[in-house]
Order: sequence, then structure tokens, then C-alpha cells
Amino acid sequence: MGTAVTGDPGPDPDVGAAVANAHRREWAFVLAATARVARDIDVAEECVQDAYLAALEAWSRQGLPRNPGAWLTTAARRRALDRLRRDRTLRAKLPLLIEPDGQAGPAGLPPAGPDAGGDVIADDRLRLVFTCCHPALAREAQVALTLRLLCGLTTAEIAQAFLVSEPTMAARVTRAKKKISAARIPYRVPGAAELPDRLDAVLTVVHLLYTTGHTAPGGADLVRPDLVDRALGLARLLRDLMPDEREVGGLLALLLLTDARRAARTAADGRLLLLEEQDRSQWDRAAISEGAGLVAEMMRSSERPGRFALQAAIAAVHAQAPSYGGTDWPQLLRLYDGLLRAWPTPVVALNRAVVLAMVDGAEAALAEIEAVERDGRLAGYRYLPAAKADLLRRIGRMDDAARAYRSALDLTDNNAEKAFLARRITEVSARAPAGPDGPSA
Amino acid sequence: MTEYLILLYERESGYAEGGQEAWQAAGEAHARFQGQVAEKGGKILGGNALQPTATATSIRDDVVTDGPFTETKEALGGYYLIEARDLDHALDIARLCPAPYGGVEVRPIMDTSVSVG
Repeated sequence: MGTAVTGDPGPDPDVGAAVANAHRREWAFVLAATARVARDIDVAEECVQDAYLAALEAWSRQGLPRNPGAWLTTAARRRALDRLRRDRTLRAKLPLLIEPDGQAGPAGLPPAGPDAGGDVIADDRLRLVFTCCHPALAREAQVALTLRLLCGLTTAEIAQAFLVSEPTMAARVTRAKKKISAARIPYRVPGAAELPDRLDAVLTVVHLLYTTGHTAPGGADLVRPDLVDRALGLARLLRDLMPDEREVGGLLALLLLTDARRAARTAADGRLLLLEEQDRSQWDRAAISEGAGLVAEMMRSSERPGRFALQAAIAAVHAQAPSYGGTDWPQLLRLYDGLLRAWPTPVVALNRAVVLAMVDGAEAALAEIEAVERDGRLAGYRYLPAAKADLLRRIGRMDDAARAYRSALDLTDNNAEKAFLARRITEVSARAPAGPDGPSA
Repeated sequence: MTEYLILLYERESGYAEGGQEAWQAAGEAHARFQGQVAEKGGKILGGNALQPTATATSIRDDVVTDGPFTETKEALGGYYLIEARDLDHALDIARLCPAPYGGVEVRPIMDTSVSVG
């Protein structure tokens, strides 16, 4: 680079920060726009990486561009075109990632029917999202590709986030990219008929990223803020790109309202605090008000709300309650009834039972939880024995409660949750009556 | 356009127990499917139904044995070779393919004329 000759003091720290900032904010935009000309995700990624490297040098020399995203896109696309020109013979034979015009079907074919209408205005980033979360890819590959291609995370960072080795994650990403290319998974926003299902897969991936960060599957810390922030960023991006989709607004609201409690979820010593123990003054009021505003907007429509909008509405009820005791439980139960209809899964049934306990009492809820237990699909789900233990504790069946807490403890690897459960076991064991079934305060 | 193979995996017992009626229904369903592929803008390049696995002979390490390569509850019973724009188009077509006693698998055909790396 001729540093010694020119006496260049090295990269300007401001430029370094600007490039890092552009990496965080513009990666998806630049990559998505480059994929369209590169016609291959690997090539596009390389060209974008090169463009960011070139930016470091060019911006030091020429000053910062007015629009870094546009500068990077132009640089990356130019590299992609050069590559294509060099590999012309190869290109003629390789399947294309996208058609040259990116919108209609290949020449000679009509556009893909009336459903293709929404595609015309689609942002390239949206195409990239739907490619990454295509149902022909395994869920874990969808998650990895989303982090890699939309957030610009390295394979090492993704591996670390999901506690797998780097070679394992690299193999997962490579396999998924190969499938996209060999099976010709299209770079396209699905038409109206498919959109609800396909969108649900996208939202599920973002939600999974959030929950993985919100309660890290293992390790010392309960929350992994990097993943949580990535998920929030993706939810905001989707909301910007699809402002009319209620489930997208629902997801963003759900993440905001859940994340508003982040600071209050653990005590100073790292101990996990339940909703009823949390200091509500520590909740993020700005996030709550943004989330609640979105919920109000999503629930206004006459259509039945989807599962993300309903979950957000549930989170909003909690977030706006003055205290745990002052929560509007009957309203929550109505929302859970709706959620169970929209999304009949045992996890929802379990959460509904917890709310039922607050409305109709612990005995009624226990019967529901035992039904979920018999269903068997939640075997190995740590929150099932934990919720059951809590109800047993409340009706004074301390020995049974201790046993259920122990089952929950066996199923978790998160240190903060382990400490919480161990504490509960000590509590109920101390309060266990001497007699077999004696009542307890 | 890309070529895909649609592989039909079904329980052979389904047809054995269904008798003549099952066969006739399948024949009609497949005739209908072939018409639908064109309506969807795809093309059938070839396809066949296979005799049941009881007629299969396998060779491994030069040893000839009676039966299919691997014993599975749902066996390969037929295939279509189709041409489609991309995987979404191929899946859209394959979704219509009759397989009442099982399901189908969609595999892209490898273009062996390209030598990469």
C-alpha cells in the first residue's frame, strides 16, 4: 500500500468507524443489490467484502462519500460485473441466481401470473430475506444464512452464537448455498397466494434469533445482546419493507415489548427474576410505548390477528400493567384463547394454563397442564415441569413441587435458570409439611 | 429452465390392497396431472411407473441379490422428469403430482456439461 513512502499515518479512525457503521447498516442492502448482478451468492459476498476493504482505503484518501451505501453498492457491483466478464464462458453454462431483469420470468415466458404483481416494487433485500428463509432449507440453515447474508456476520460469529464449532457452521452455510444454486431456489418475493406461509417462515427465523439471544441456550449469561439487537434490527428492516403486513408489525411489537424488560430480568448477582419479582421501573418505557402503539395499530383491523400480533398484544398487556397483581388477567385469557385458535401448539396451551391459574385458580390450571403433559409433544421442554412445579407450590403440594422443579433443573443448561430452580427447590423443601398431604400456607 | 426429477415414494401395499379401483383412480389422476403441468407453464420430459420392488434385483460389490437396494416402507414407484423455471415452480408442479399412498421428492438434475474448479 506504500504506507512508508507516502508517510500515510494509516487508516483514519473516523474512516474505520464509518466503514464499520456502513457494515452494520448497509450490508444487506449492498449484498442484495450485488446478488442481482453477480447471479451467485458466493460471488456477491466476495465482491461486497472487497468493496468494504476498498472503502477503507478510498474514503481515507477522498473523504467520506455522501451516501456510503450507494458508494459500496456501485463498487461491489462493478467488481461483480468484472468477474462475470472474465468468466464469460463459465457464466453461459451456470444456472443463474436470478433472471437478468430480476422481475419477470425468463425471456419468452409470461410473467409468473397475477400473483407476481407485488414483486415489481420489491426491494432486493426482501428477495434476499425470502431466499434465506426458503422452506426448502432446514430451519438452522435459514437462521445461519439470514445472519450471514442479511446481517453480515462471519461464520465464526454465527458458530459462536449457536454454540457449535466453526467447521460445523461453515459446512451448514456451504451446504445451504449449494442447494440454493443447484436446486435454483429463486431470488424472489413470493406472490400473494404463498406470501402468508412464506412470511411466517421469515418471521419465525427472526423470532428464533431473538429468543436464542433472549435466553441463551447455555453459558453464563442469560441474555446475548448481540443476537437480540440483530433480531430487532431485522424486525425493523422487515417492518420498513412490508409496512402493510400485520404480522410483521406484530413481530416487531413483540420483540420491543419483550426486550423492554431486559434490564429487569436479572438481579445484580445475575439471578433470574420472574415477571412478578421484576422492578417495573426498570422497564424501557420508550420501547413499551412504541410496541404498544404498534399493537394498537395491528389489532385495529377487522381481520383476525395472526399469532405474532396476538403474542404482541399479550406482551403489551403485561408491559402496561401497573403491577403483577394489577395485570388484566381476564383480558390476557381472551388473547390466549385467540392465540390457541390461531396457533394450536402445546407451548401456547401451557402458557394459557398459567394465565388460567390467575383467573380460575391453580387447580383448574393444573388440570390443563397435565393434559399438555399427556400430549407428550413437550417432553424435554424445561418450562413445562417448571410451570407445573409453580402451581403445585401454590396449592401447597411441596413434595410434588420439588420433584417437578428437579425435572426442570435436569432440562436446562442456562446457569441463571439453574440457579433459580435450585433456589425454588430449597424453598419448597424447607416448607414441605411433615405429613404426607398437610395443607400449607 | 432447469430440469428436475420428481420421485414418487409410496406404500406398495396401498395399491395392492386397493386393487383394480386404486389402479384406475391412479391412472386418471396421473392423466390429469400431465395436463396440469402444461397449464402451470412446465414441461414433462419423461416419466414412468415402475414394477413393484418384489421384481427388483440389486447388485452391490458384484453380488446379485433379490430385492430393492434398501428396504423402505415407502418405495420408489415411479418418476417424472420435468422442466421448470426454478425450485418454486418445480414445487408448485410437484405439489399436484398424485401420490396417495406416500409423497414425492424433488431433485434438481445435475448439469454435467459444466466443469467447475
